[in-house]
Order: sequence, then structure tokens, then C-alpha cells
Amino acid sequence: MTSPFEYAPAPESRSVVDIAPSYGLFIDGEFTEAADGKVFKTVSPATEEVLSEVAQAGEADVDRAVRAARKAFETWSALPGAERAKYLFRIARIIQERSRELAVLETLDNGKPIKETRDADLPLVAAHFFYYAGWADKLDHAGYGKNPAPLGVAGQVIPWNFPLLMLAWKIAPALATGNTVVLKPAETTPLSALFFADICRQAGLPNGVVNILPGYGDAGAALTAHPDVDKVAFTGSTAVGKAIARQVAGTDKKVTLELGGKGANIVFDDAPIDQAVEGIVTGIFFNQGQVCCAGSRLLVQESIQEELLDSLKRRLSTLRLGDPLDKNTDIGAINSAEQLARITALADTGEAEGAERWSAPCELPENGYWFAPTLFTNVTQAHTIARDEIFGPVLSVLSFRTPDEAVAKANNTQYGLSAGIWTEKGSRILAVANKLRAGVVWANTFNKFDPTSPFGGYKESGFGREGGRHGLEAYLDV
Amino acid sequence: MPTAFADVTASDSTLRRFLHGLPGVDAVGLEARAASLGTRSIKTTAKAYAIDLAISMIDLTTLEGADTPGKVRALGAKAVNPDPTDRGTPRTAAVCVYPDMVATAKAAVGDSGVKVASVATAFPAGRAAIDVKLGDVREAVAAGADEIDMVIDRGAFLAGDYMTVFEQIRAVKEACGTARLKVIFETGELSTYDNIRRASWIGMIAGADFIKTSTGKVGVNATPANTLLMLEAVRDFRAQTGVQIGVKPAGGIRSTKDAVKFLVLVNETAGPDWLDSHWFRFGASSLLNDLLMQRQKLATGRYSGPDYVTVD
Repeated sequence: MTSPFEYAPAPESRSVVDIAPSYGLFIDGEFTEAADGKVFKTVSPATEEVLSEVAQAGEADVDRAVRAARKAFETWSALPGAERAKYLFRIARIIQERSRELAVLETLDNGKPIKETRDADLPLVAAHFFYYAGWADKLDHAGYGKNPAPLGVAGQVIPWNFPLLMLAWKIAPALATGNTVVLKPAETTPLSALFFADICRQAGLPNGVVNILPGYGDAGAALTAHPDVDKVAFTGSTAVGKAIARQVAGTDKKVTLELGGKGANIVFDDAPIDQAVEGIVTGIFFNQGQVCCAGSRLLVQESIQEELLDSLKRRLSTLRLGDPLDKNTDIGAINSAEQLARITALADTGEAEGAERWSAPCELPENGYWFAPTLFTNVTQAHTIARDEIFGPVLSVLSFRTPDEAVAKANNTQYGLSAGIWTEKGSRILAVANKLRAGVVWANTFNKFDPTSPFGGYKESGFGREGGRHGLEAYLDV
Repeated sequence: MPTAFADVTASDSTLRRFLHGLPGVDAVGLEARAASLGTRSIKTTAKAYAIDLAISMIDLTTLEGADTPGKVRALGAKAVNPDPTDRGTPRTAAVCVYPDMVATAKAAVGDSGVKVASVATAFPAGRAAIDVKLGDVREAVAAGADEIDMVIDRGAFLAGDYMTVFEQIRAVKEACGTARLKVIFETGELSTYDNIRRASWIGMIAGADFIKTSTGKVGVNATPANTLLMLEAVRDFRAQTGVQIGVKPAGGIRSTKDAVKFLVLVNETAGPDWLDSHWFRFGASSLLNDLLMQRQKLATGRYSGPDYVTVD
């Protein structure tokens, strides 16, 4: 329906962020070229505009960075917790002060809407640093005995879906516990990590405590394989996660993996329907569905399926897709041509296997990587789109008859990262939540995050927990 | 009353079963949705459209014990000609007064097209015998009121006596004749969102032309969340019956920024069909001057200040 109330363009200004034409690797407190001089370009997925040229780390650079981190570990780990906390608090405050700049940067490099980077990513990033800053001088009380020791050098590899937030999830607990880090951001979203390197300098963080190595999978593999890395932390695909698990098997490296998901969002017939519709939208269309804990399977009680789908389609028709920098944009760009191709292929498979496709009516921009919010009905457990992680704005709708069937279907997946329950009945929430094999279960909400809450998966969604008190364990020798 | 609801209103128990069978409202989710729509950024041409629309949707209100004919005449003049420096400014939808001021208000707005709305039914408490309430309505209608803003019996509602609430609305609707009926729930006293949804359905089934949040006389009046919920109710009611019903948030909406947020709620919840003073109103008094100042700012590029709009 066209409205006479046309929202005029309301773009956030790009001028708050100054992107340099080129960036180096950040090793031992200095920006430096790659040993072999290689560089790669990072583009804005909304326009395909080249944003900057970035040094590409190779094996020699990984080795140099790990040595710098090893050297820094001696003094960093010897600092009293209260001293480490000061740096972390300082970093958190600088992130808050520069949050507008970082939000615009993240939106440019990732393609996600400014309203998400502004209202979700950046506040969570700062909160994560504040939270773990608070733990740094209280480790004696974390439940691991007196003076729990750090592990040493952490090699961390993060994905492109929440570049700065995943960096915060990795670096904040590592530094709070006294480790030093070498972090490799994803090749499509290196910029916010490089700005973070600048923040480390601004905060006066000692050289070598944080090292940032933009690069591709080979650099990530070299990092996780490096013999002087004591701890491997990876967030990304299950396939790469399995390769890392094989690689570190037989070594004494400590590992946490946060991998894929196929979250079930279960809507019972007594659900608060209007809010459930919002939760379904948040569950699968937040960050264009490029979220490991996305509610990508909607399990709806058959008795209300039709009514719920009508409401959902009506709501999806109001989503505003377009310029991610516009403050009124709900759906931004897909992060890369490669990811768009994968989403497109899986959606085509859904159609080929007989599921019924419906996409929200919206015009896709000519340049850049875009995919309209889409849902599939007539999906069964046997369909590929009910089993494989799509990592895009595609919802598979399945139905169930009884709570037991809902639980059975929700658990019938190789993954186990997230689930949602929608019902006005408190006892049902508790009963169903206890039976779901998923690391996080949301009740009458979805995709809510907080640094105090542990996050992680069952089964092929990975192991180890990040966030909360539990997140300390991954970085302590306990 | 749409015939579809004859079964629902057949008895106390059928009405109760229907109302308690409506989907529940999750308060956290509802408020989060209202807050998220509140972050829409409405600029330039969209803002100009929204300001003029908001002005045209105002029920310019004075409901004080101290109301005099002079005060009501001034209000009427303001409604007809909100900005004497710009005759292109839209008129407000209506003026809203107590029943004994209807004749004065009617004379003040003349044939301008501005409606006269009158509160009635022992506003704001609604604590009077039904005959007194109906007498109140008839008097206002006889004096020329185009619209009646009634209050429901919150005591009966909270006691679970939904049928009394329903029947009183029916009776008032009948007494209205051709006047359009706005039904005020006093959402601040109903307290829960589930209650607001139930009251909305009672009102809509009973024949309300508008459902309205509040009197402006209690602590909590119109909020983005309770208005969003009522917009969902009229949206669902039309989907089910084909009958369109208006919504009127009242009380506490004072700034242009707030008013624009409410219009975003309308646009993205009930839909563009409600973006018209026939289907959406603001019950307000001080809001108008803020809208006028913002309107002047858009036109001239600078703020003029409170002495450049009329104080009435």
C-alpha cells in the first residue's frame, strides 16, 4: 500500500568517519605492511564502492604478531587486575565517545542498517568492555579458586556479521584475565577492527597486547595452527570450526568454537500474536538474517498458522529495505557477493524441493548485494531449507500439533544454538525450555543480548561459552 | 453492531469468553515495538506533511471548571484560524468542550467546517446513573454537538461486568443520533494492556466511531504503547468486519516530535487509510502551538518563539 506519508531520506552523515585510503596490519603497537606486501580491497556491500585497501596478513606476519603478543604477555599478565581494568574501562569509554563514528563505519563496511549499529552493535560493544573490565580485579571470586592464571597468547578469528561486537566478545574477556591476543577479522569487514587498533593506542594499551591481522582464511589457519598460541577462539561456520578442531586435536591448546545454527522459534496458539510477529521479524530479519542464533525456523501451532502468516506477511510488507545509512532503513545489504550467491542458491533449492516461496514486495537497489525478506511455507523437516543454515533473510515455516511435537522438531537438527518460545502460559515456557537442546532459549522475545549472559551452542553449534562469568573460563588455566 | 457479534453479546458469559479469548499482550514486546517506531527519522517534506496532518487532526480542547464563554470563543477562533500570519494553515478537526459550552463553541466555529465535540456521560469519572449520563449526551447533541466523547464505566469493567460497559456504550450511541461517538477507556485506570485490548473490542462491537485512550485527567494518559495497541485493535476489527473505526490518543501529547511519532505508529500499524482526521485525532491543547512554531520554522528556516503564535 502506498502511503501519502513518504519518509524523506534521512541519511546519517558519512563525514563523522574518516576512512584512510590504506591500512596496515597492527602488530606490536604499530601499523605495518604485510611481509610479502600483499593488500586487498574492502568494499561497501550496499554500493560496491571500494572503501579502503588493507594489508593482507600471511604466515610470516602471523608469526611476528604471535611473538609480539608473547613478549607483551609477560608484563601484561603480571599487572594487577585493577590496572588491567583501567585500560579496559578506558577502551569502553572511548568506544562510547566514538560510537557514532564506529556505527557509521560498521554500516559502511558491513552493509547493516545504521539503526542496528547505532542501537544494538555499538551499545553492546561498549557494555561488553565495561562488563569484563569489572571482572579483571575480581577473578579470585569467579569460582575458579585463588589467582586463576591466564593461558598466554590467544589466537582469535571472527566473522563478518557483527565485526566489532565479535571482536569485543573475544578481546574483552581475554584482556581482563591477563592474556594477550592476535585477532584476525573477516576479509570482508576489516575496518572496525583496525579502528579498534587505533582505540588501543588512544587508550595507551601497552604494545603487543592486542594485534590485529586482516586477512583471509589462510591467515586464520596459520594463526590457529601457530605452536605458540595457547588458546584458540573462533566464531564462524561449522565447516571451518571442524577443521580447526581437527587441527588443534592432540595439542594442549584450549579451544572455544561458536558455529552455525538453525534456531527454532516456537509459537503456541496462546501466544501474544502481535508481539510474536515482531519476535519472528527480529529473529530472522535482524542483520538480514546473518546471525548464527537467528530464528530461521518458525514452528507454529497448526491451529493458528493461517492467522499468524497473514499477520507476518502484512508486517513484512512494511519493512523498509535500502540505503543502510538511512536512519529509517530496516533491512540493509547482504555482506558479500559470495554470501548472496549462497542465500540465492539455498532459496532456489527450497523452491525446487517444493516449498512455497513468498517475498516481501520491495524494490532492490541496482548496485550492491541485496535479498528481499523471504519466507517459505509448506516446509517439512525433510527440506534442505529446514536443515541447512542459510545465514540470510529467509524464514522456513513449519507447523506442529502438540508441545511434544514442537520440542521434537525443534531439537531435530544438527545444531543447537538458540530457540524461542511464544506463549502467555508461564508453566509451558519453563517446561518447554527445559527440553530444548539449545544454548540460549528466549521466552516471548528473540535476539536479546547482554554481556552478563553466557552464550554458546550444543552439538554442531560449537562448544565453550562466551559472555558472563562463564566466559572467563575459556581464558583461564582452570 | 456487526451481526457477526450477536453471539458474542448474547450474554454475560459469552461476552466474557470472547474478551478473555483475545490474544494476550506481552507488555515488554509492545513497548519495545512502540519505542522502535519512535526512532523513525522524519525530516523535510515528510515533516511538513506530518505537521499539517497533525494540525488537521487536533481536537482542540478546554475542559476546565473555569471555562467561560470568552475562553471557548477564543478556542473556537484559534481552531478556525490557528496561525493568523499564515492563512494557509490547516484548521483543527474540532474543538472539544463540556456540554454546557457546546452552543457557544458552535457559534464560535460557525460554518468553518471545524466540528464541535463534547465530552459527556459525567466526564471524567463517569460515576453517575445511566439516566444522568444519557441526559448529558442528549443535551450536548441538542445544543449542536457533532461528536460525543463518552467515558466508560471503569468500575464496572474492573469488576468484570463487561455487559454493563457494553450496554451503556450502546445506549449512548443511540442517544448520539447522527453525532459520532468517541469512547474513552481511561487506559491509565484500566492499567493492563490486556484490559485495554478487551475494552477496545467492547467499544468497537458496541458501535463506537472512535476509541480514545484517556480523559487527560489522570496520571497516565496517551502513550505510544497504548495507542499502538488500540491501532492494532482497529486494524484487526476492520480485517474481520470491514468496518473502519477511528483512534484518538488524548492527554500528554505536547510536542511536534511526539505527534509525529504517533503518526508513524498510525502509518505503520493501522496503515495509511487512517492518516486522515476522519480516522485519527489528537486530544490536545498546548500541542497546537508547538506544531505552529515548527511549521513556521520549516517555512522560514528559523525559530520565531512563543510570542509569534497566539496564546488563547
